Amino acid sequence: MGDKQEKKEKKKDKLPRQVMPEQKADVRRHNFDEVPLGFTEQLAMQEASRCLQCKKPACVDGCPVEIDIPGFIKYIQEGDFTRAIRHIWQKNSLPAICGRVCPQEDQCEGLCILGKKGEPVAIGHLERFAADHERHYGTGQLPPQAKATGKRVAVVGSGPSGLTVAGDLIQKGHEVTVFEVFHKGGGVLVYGIPEFRLPKEIVAQELNFLERLGVKIQCNEVIGKTTSLDELFEEGYDAIYLGVGAGLPRFLNIPGENLVGIYSANEYLTRANLMKAYRFPEYDTPLVKGRDVAVFGAGNVAMDSARTAMRMGADNVRIIYRRSRDEMPARQAEIHHAEEEGIQFYLLTAPTKFIGNEQGRVTGMECLQMELGEPDDSGRRRPVPVKGSEFELDCDLAVIAVGAGANPLLTQSTPELQLNKWGYVIADEKSGKTTKKRVWAGGDIVTGAATVILAAGAGRIASNSIHDYLSVGW
Amino acid sequence: MFEIVKRKEMAQGTVVLNEIKAPKIAAKAKPGQFVILKATETGERIPLTMAYTNPETGIIATIYQVVGKSTALFSTLKEGEGYQDVIGPLGKAMDIEKLGTVVCVGGGTGVAVMHPITKAMKEAGNHVIAIIGARNKDLLILEEEMKAASHDLRVCTDDGSYGHHGFVTDVLKQTLEAEDVKLVVGIGPVPMMKFVTKMTREYNVKTLVSLNSIMVDGTGMCGCCRVSVGGETRFACVDGPEFDGHLVDFDELSKRLQAYTDMEQESYEKFKCET
Repeated sequence: MGDKQEKKEKKKDKLPRQVMPEQKADVRRHNFDEVPLGFTEQLAMQEASRCLQCKKPACVDGCPVEIDIPGFIKYIQEGDFTRAIRHIWQKNSLPAICGRVCPQEDQCEGLCILGKKGEPVAIGHLERFAADHERHYGTGQLPPQAKATGKRVAVVGSGPSGLTVAGDLIQKGHEVTVFEVFHKGGGVLVYGIPEFRLPKEIVAQELNFLERLGVKIQCNEVIGKTTSLDELFEEGYDAIYLGVGAGLPRFLNIPGENLVGIYSANEYLTRANLMKAYRFPEYDTPLVKGRDVAVFGAGNVAMDSARTAMRMGADNVRIIYRRSRDEMPARQAEIHHAEEEGIQFYLLTAPTKFIGNEQGRVTGMECLQMELGEPDDSGRRRPVPVKGSEFELDCDLAVIAVGAGANPLLTQSTPELQLNKWGYVIADEKSGKTTKKRVWAGGDIVTGAATVILAAGAGRIASNSIHDYLSVGW
Repeated sequence: MFEIVKRKEMAQGTVVLNEIKAPKIAAKAKPGQFVILKATETGERIPLTMAYTNPETGIIATIYQVVGKSTALFSTLKEGEGYQDVIGPLGKAMDIEKLGTVVCVGGGTGVAVMHPITKAMKEAGNHVIAIIGARNKDLLILEEEMKAASHDLRVCTDDGSYGHHGFVTDVLKQTLEAEDVKLVVGIGPVPMMKFVTKMTREYNVKTLVSLNSIMVDGTGMCGCCRVSVGGETRFACVDGPEFDGHLVDFDELSKRLQAYTDMEQESYEKFKCET
């Protein structure tokens, strides 16, 4: 018995991490189709067999929504894909999305015991597989729902955090309406993350799943303008969750920034993704097509913008970043994909001004070379300009992706909500409760711009607290 | 869907009025605020300032000139049909105060935007002089409504086919010379607003303008509508659409409004071929 066990473990060690097939770089840089193509059943079962089924799984500690990872992987290994997805649903309503866009290397996979000596189990790929399999071949059977409580919850914002709250609370028997300012639900999942990284069909299906559970999604409603929070209470809602996102673009504040052809990443990506400008003129929304493109910043949003510009037909796409490669905030996988697609990296480079023509269109920019100095407040080494290092670059399209701030539209209309000095909503870390009674908040409007799964995690904390309130009291 | 309950053509069919059923927006809207409309699934989001609203009937009205694909598409919508998406009310409402003599200058479809502001200025106890203009008599809109909304309506046409022969700025100059004007509100094409503010600066009279920047979300999220006001970048959608006209960089605004001229042309030509 002991021998047999040992043999089995050895065999597991030998099986390498299964690689998900993906579109070749020289092909995909010309289309908007999804880059990774997904596991086959066989690849998924093989990958699942690498999981050691730890008694105390570290991976779960790394998951902001505490999915029972070894649990669902075991079902995949056994070929019971329906049970696998149902197991995930207990903790996560958005597995097809999280499986694609979570930074697993910093979370579950970062803590996987196999990663200490070799490659961690491809948990994200397996989560994606389970969700995709259900979407393609599933029975469409819904998870069990608690008896109706008669309580009503308003969720403001239909991004990952709001949808998590909606999914949790509808399953607990509460009535849920999600309010979305845009004409389509999904928040950053539809306006921000490009089609080639997260197909909109998948977001639509996850929304449809919530709607089949009974969640109402009310688009075109600006909470704070069309309807105030107090009016929602007057309409009979018992609790409100604010998951409105950060939603205020940051600019560089350098001369020439209002020239035509210079976009915030929010605008550039919203036009491309939500408004489908990449399919102009079939879709009516236009978007400047650049030949020489500069993208400022080095986070995931910058990579998304650069890769979108490449697909729109640019000759040169340059990421301009004032720090060095080590400080780039984007996921390794995104940087890797961008490099493969021919995106150039101008590191330790800072723009000083934009240059335009008579029509007011951007034609170029001036940059400075930087070097790294002493660490700053963020603990990262501060970039310092190198004297006399100015140089010019051609640029007919610029996208500014240097982060976002707190959009004041809703918070200004609700004075009882206390804000921190940056304008973000103050919410209790353990419950998501704000300073206004019966109002919770989570995601980027509390933390500042972060990730999909952290927003979902905040939603989970708040939904537990909202459920407690609806069952017991504030 | 947001149903069009009334559709009327004005100015020889180049300008269209839509009364749209949108009770939640009608209940909240104030003079100077706008909505964003999208006609179809593949459509563009277009901001239009509301011409009038009625909270009792739940109606909002927009008046627009057919200038490109999106407005041409809007103009194909019949009564009983509707917009897929209407969102609002957006932007800041205009500050309406009792100041004394107020001059409201409207050009082109800007007259439609000016109408509720004129009415509110009169209701607030101001003496309101309205000046409206168009290229010719046939293109003039809302003359009767503006007459009712103001104390004194002065009409001009560029070709002299009706009213004063000349630009609204000519009549504005006469008015500024003759009256103790406390505030001028100028709404219309960018060149008109530019020249109105240029003139009122000479007379040192405070002037408000309403800007029609290109927008996407209309909630301060994208920065598409940014304008330079007093050397600072502001968002027309949330900081405006009204601004102190003496501080606005109209030349920059004008260039930003032409950001997509070529693509708009392409889109419009394609649409005309298809219909």
